[in-house]
Amino acid sequence: MDPAVEFFQALVSGISIGCIYALVALGFVLIYKATEVINFAQGELMMVGAFFAFTFVDLGGMPFIVGVLLALAATALFGMMVNLLLLRRLVGRSSFTIVLATVGLGTLLRALASMVPGWGAETHALTNPATGRTVAVAGVTVSYEHIAVVVATIGLVALLYVFFRFSRLGVALQATSQNQLAAGYVGIPIKAMFSAAWGIGAGVACVAGILLAPSHFVHVNMGFVGLKAFPAAVIGGFGSIPGAILGGLIIGVAEELAGLYLPEGFKNVAAYVVMLALLMVRPQGLFGVDLRERA
Amino acid sequence: MKFHKKTDYLIDIRLFRDGRMAFWYALLALVLLLAPLATPEYLLGQAVFTGIYVVAGAGLMLLSGYCGQISLGHAAFLAVGAYTSALLEKAGVPFPAALLAAGMVAAATGVLIGIPALRLSGIYLAIATLAYAFIVTEVLLRWESVTKGASGIHVSKIDVFGWQADTELRLYYIVLVVAALSLLAVRNILRSPLGLAMMAVRDSETAARTMGVPVARVKLTAFALSAALTGFAGALYAHKVPYIEPEQFNILISVELLVLIFIGGIGSLHGIVFGAVFVISLPQWIAIAKDYLPAYVAQQTGLQAAIYGLLLLLFIVFEPAGLYGIWLKIKHYASMFPFYRKGAMRLQKTHAKSETW
Repeated sequence: MDPAVEFFQALVSGISIGCIYALVALGFVLIYKATEVINFAQGELMMVGAFFAFTFVDLGGMPFIVGVLLALAATALFGMMVNLLLLRRLVGRSSFTIVLATVGLGTLLRALASMVPGWGAETHALTNPATGRTVAVAGVTVSYEHIAVVVATIGLVALLYVFFRFSRLGVALQATSQNQLAAGYVGIPIKAMFSAAWGIGAGVACVAGILLAPSHFVHVNMGFVGLKAFPAAVIGGFGSIPGAILGGLIIGVAEELAGLYLPEGFKNVAAYVVMLALLMVRPQGLFGVDLRERA
Repeated sequence: MKFHKKTDYLIDIRLFRDGRMAFWYALLALVLLLAPLATPEYLLGQAVFTGIYVVAGAGLMLLSGYCGQISLGHAAFLAVGAYTSALLEKAGVPFPAALLAAGMVAAATGVLIGIPALRLSGIYLAIATLAYAFIVTEVLLRWESVTKGASGIHVSKIDVFGWQADTELRLYYIVLVVAALSLLAVRNILRSPLGLAMMAVRDSETAARTMGVPVARVKLTAFALSAALTGFAGALYAHKVPYIEPEQFNILISVELLVLIFIGGIGSLHGIVFGAVFVISLPQWIAIAKDYLPAYVAQQTGLQAAIYGLLLLLFIVFEPAGLYGIWLKIKHYASMFPFYRKGAMRLQKTHAKSETW
């Protein structure tokens, strides 16, 4: 294959998977900004969202759009339940405890998902309208799924931007992210904001899961793909939403290029190597603010 | 109820608080030395695993429980120790030297991870340790000329100048000695100025820096020591299994170690042992409990992981001091009986306290 075409092919795949990493990182950063909780179960939320979509669309026989919207609502609700049942009881605990709690939550969700009848430990395919169709652009094969991922990501990010900038809830969430105490003083219900943040974070994870399903299929270990979203969030700088998106894209492209040009095995660790390299030079990430907490 | 009156500063750093404590530990030592002579092979095998996890847990407890640095990738040190020991012994190096080398190489890896970690804190550190674990595993997988990659290495029996550890009993005694020495080592580190500096760094880095603690050096030392201990555990693990390949040292093992130190009781030495016993014996308890569960639940392959995750969450929410905390509560209740007050051991939201006894 023509090396230029190979390069652009890798670029296309990289941007596509990068968008998915970006979405998972986005949900992760959203939850972190609003609640200061590091959610290591974000990948598992993505898995749950994909399974909900699978249940509604494939097992329930609904049209794709209806199934997706229902899955979004269900996952958002699920995220809020997680906040209610678990995270609320962990307010004020050390970050080590919370990290361990979300890791444990991830383990539990993975195991429970394998026990649901109809889900099980098998791999499922999520039927979607974009399957199989491709279009050729200057010799590079771009599948409809790639296009769908990019379009969906742009759409979701635009939607979130409008939401955070112009809606009452969005502005309240921004306030909560900036300073919880001050937000509480001006009358913002902080506990409700936490639930909202988890709901939105879970919803974004659901979208990521649905977009990931065509290439990685729906199965209980899907969440491990989400592990690469953490380097993405770190590269972008932990409190930054545009950073998370940029980080995801950087990692996606770096991975595909590493798979193309570097010996075998580098592709798996490309995300981590890039992250570590960046952290050496800029410990707060690309857009991160160098905040130091008192004591 | 016994009151402990201290009349000398040196009493604070004594190994045993008083004669009674020394007596009980001597009894424990006797049991550990003699009981295995009459236990079945299978239980001995489990005991060996427990001992190995005690050594690894000691390493992680030192780093996370006493120095406050989160490490999500401790399995990497286990892998480094295992492979170093296995490869050196294949080249003819005697076991004691190979064991030491395993610890040294793991410590070097720990320093490698520690140096960039100095600039990172909290979540950045956690994710960096995760990243290192993945990179180490991948390197072991791809460096096929040395590590045989995914096909793995078969590890020979422990050979100490002709005396072979070819029975489970002999392996048990070796592991027992290493585990006891590891706990003693951690105990001694904690009694020393280094240990106090580590706990200061954990409780408040800024305050520690203000008091003149060389925070960077302390953190680096903690990483190195923790990695060395886990490296020793890895070397022993290699001999127990005795077939190692990179996939065995995955993130699930790292999580298992974290669960070990948390459920055991973070910030305590007892926690290391309780946690190791818990983690190793849990599959047995689940196997027993399967008979009492409805058939649909009992047959699931994910049952063990689900119970694992659920127990971790329950401990985090309801008993953050872990099994050691429960043990302390029982002792307190017994010593105060019948004057126990319900509020005496109520959960307080404070920094993690460490037990030096």
